[in-house]
Amino acid sequence: MGLEIAFWILAIVGIGAALSVVLLRNVFRAALSLILCFLAVAGIFITLSADFLAAVQVLVYVGAIAILIILGIMLTREVQRGSPANRLRIPAFIVAVAFLGVVAYAMVNTPWQIASEAPLEPTTQALGAMLFGDGGFILAVEIAPILLLVAILGAIVLVREK
Amino acid sequence: MSIGLEHYLILSVILFSIGLYGALSKRNAIIILMSIEIMLNAVNIAMVAFSRYIVPELLTGQLFAIFIMVVAAAEAAVGLAIIITIYRNRETIDATEINLMKW
Repeated sequence: MGLEIAFWILAIVGIGAALSVVLLRNVFRAALSLILCFLAVAGIFITLSADFLAAVQVLVYVGAIAILIILGIMLTREVQRGSPANRLRIPAFIVAVAFLGVVAYAMVNTPWQIASEAPLEPTTQALGAMLFGDGGFILAVEIAPILLLVAILGAIVLVREK
Repeated sequence: MSIGLEHYLILSVILFSIGLYGALSKRNAIIILMSIEIMLNAVNIAMVAFSRYIVPELLTGQLFAIFIMVVAAAEAAVGLAIIITIYRNRETIDATEINLMKW
């Protein structure tokens, strides 16, 4: 029962925050709504018994990406112009609603094979064993830091003063 | 009515559609980047929900979500660096005015 109440509250808060990101005129307030949306998604992860992912969500999205975005807003001084829509606003709305309808229809009508076992908790140790253990994802774990290194170097080269 | 897989999937697709609308219809490049982050978060919810309800013992979906987060962090860093460079050169980040490579 508590899980259901938590799900509905988090879902409504998350959808409302995401809507205000795309509807608010003030760019800085949109960034703050984005942080609220990230926090709601972290709560959703907790209701799915993904405790490690919820912690990573708060650390990476709320801690790092949101700060990067606010820094970008401050460095570009576009706040005065607000967040206007372009000419494609109505076609974009139609495309988004059509996508929502088609995918929601497909999801509701697919007979998913729900497993009956209880979810694994806590997940941190099992995730570590899967990432680094035998037959795990060690190649992907090795590639991910290379991607991060290349991204950091690319970002530094791009914003460096000539 | 108990919460099932469909509830999480519908929440995920609603968030994805909001992000899609924002990415297609906004002129401010930073708002477009924020909408893309919302879409990545929606995909993460779907991944974790599938992992929780279909293979609860395996955690594969949670691993995929971790790798999506790695790629999202790299994408945010490079995207903001590109936006700041464009702003430095052209004094605007309006996506409709950045049309040098359009025909």
